Amino acid sequence: MYIGGVRQKRVAILLFLAPAVVALVLFYLLPIATSLVLSLLEYDPLRPVSDIKFVGLRNFIDYFKYQDMRDQYLHVLYYIGLYIPLVLATSVLEAMLLNRTFKAKTLYKVLLYLPVISSWVAVALIWRWLLHGEYGIINIMLRTIGIQGPSWLHNKSWAMPGVVMAAVWKDTGYYALIVLAALKGIDRNYYEAARIDGASAIKQFRFITLPLVSPTIFLLLVINIIAGFQVFESIYVMTEGGPAGATRVPVEQVYRNAFTYYKMGYASAIAWVLGIVIIIATIIQFRFEKLWVSYES
Amino acid sequence: MRADRIASRTLFYLFLTAIAIAALLPFLWMVSTSLKAREAIFAIPIRWIPREPSLEAYKAIFTLTNINFIRAFINSMQVAVLLTFLPLITSAMAAFAFAKFNFKGKQVLFSAFLLTMMIPGTITMIPNFITLKTMRLLNTYTALVLPSLCNSMGIFLMRQNFVKIHDEYLEAAVMDGASLYRIFWTIILPLAKPVLFTMGLFNFMGAWNNFLWPLIILTDRKKWTLQLGLSNLGSNFYNYQHYQMAGALISIVPIIIVYLISQRYVEQGLSTGGIKG
Repeated sequence: MYIGGVRQKRVAILLFLAPAVVALVLFYLLPIATSLVLSLLEYDPLRPVSDIKFVGLRNFIDYFKYQDMRDQYLHVLYYIGLYIPLVLATSVLEAMLLNRTFKAKTLYKVLLYLPVISSWVAVALIWRWLLHGEYGIINIMLRTIGIQGPSWLHNKSWAMPGVVMAAVWKDTGYYALIVLAALKGIDRNYYEAARIDGASAIKQFRFITLPLVSPTIFLLLVINIIAGFQVFESIYVMTEGGPAGATRVPVEQVYRNAFTYYKMGYASAIAWVLGIVIIIATIIQFRFEKLWVSYES
Repeated sequence: MRADRIASRTLFYLFLTAIAIAALLPFLWMVSTSLKAREAIFAIPIRWIPREPSLEAYKAIFTLTNINFIRAFINSMQVAVLLTFLPLITSAMAAFAFAKFNFKGKQVLFSAFLLTMMIPGTITMIPNFITLKTMRLLNTYTALVLPSLCNSMGIFLMRQNFVKIHDEYLEAAVMDGASLYRIFWTIILPLAKPVLFTMGLFNFMGAWNNFLWPLIILTDRKKWTLQLGLSNLGSNFYNYQHYQMAGALISIVPIIIVYLISQRYVEQGLSTGGIKG
């Protein structure tokens, strides 16, 4: 754009960019390097600077050697494996319902969105209460149909499914609106043609809807795997990694090591391993993308 | 064919109702529990409508000695306002520079901003804590605000918006002797009101619900936000579910009000940017 003198423009551009750029460098770009250096140190922020020790790869070796890493990743994979299929199924279902016309649709959308805007802390407290072994409403309902429910968050095998239930409940509305936007983009004529050919509703879903929203589902899958590896707040408030470490996950361990035990070097090593795992997982997904995602040309 | 229609219609309403119930029931149970007295929360069979509604829980949580909820509420408001407007201004400024000027390294810088969206927060969290500790900013709201001044999603969305503003407007203003700063304030920002509003809304919701970063930065109870107080209530009053539900309700109500007022914008923001609240 040609406005203002060259000098005035230079100064202005600099001033407009300055705050965001300073924050970018200070809080995003430099920390990548700092974090990498930290992961090679033994560093306790409460102790004097002279106590900082260079330990090479020991933090990483410790992390690999003990059961910690294996357990954390088994837990997080279990979380992802349960959460993603469930949340994708419920949000596609919800989006398909919302794609039809019915009375009070706006109100309905608002209702479905309430869990999304609620904070994780509040949701975690609500679900801890719903999942209470004795007086939780879920077990009370199960009891009426003759099932004795587990004590969910206090049971090693049921704690993670409990967290997943809360997470699916909280997030479905959000993803449903995204899938809905994709559904709205599908040309009605496809369905017309299919109906004339006598295709059943299930076939229409399988051969028209699913392929045409597959790019959106792929996007949600990628986003969710990245976010899934970093699951934290739900676990922190619902189980604190318990019972007996059954829901310990990487980010929760980064937090605990860094800010409870002040082992910031070790915590940085955990964070870096997580970062690399996420990158690898994302690359793998893009490799397999062509196998099932169809883009309209 | 007709029977088919009716069956599909029934199935549709069945799903619709089931999902609505699943979405709402936890909230109703929260409200119900928060209005019960201590003995009543463990009563079986359950009562959705408390026999003797009681405000015991609300009175109790506002008079706790170790968590000051009124203060936490005010703190949260303060933090949310700061985190709504300051990132909005800095990203609008940067977006203006990216949209309307050419300068050396523009592409590289813009890519650097986009890159930040891919850096896991887990990696930057510890260095940022150390940086802010060195700057003696722990337990200040400045420490909550500073990292968010780089809001890449905001810059990205606003840049897209500003690009569409015709250069002629701005050139005409320059002819009239307006400075670039004046143009930014009096032409760009007013024209971008819808996108500013949407971004601001998401900033507010994000700030209000923010947990991990305040947890790290604010160790002083007096500075605690509502979410920190609530999380502490959850661990210190583990078996006082009516307190917890009252606290949860208080923390959710403001966000619901904001959402209801601006529901249209929330949905628009979702479909254009896919930003998470």
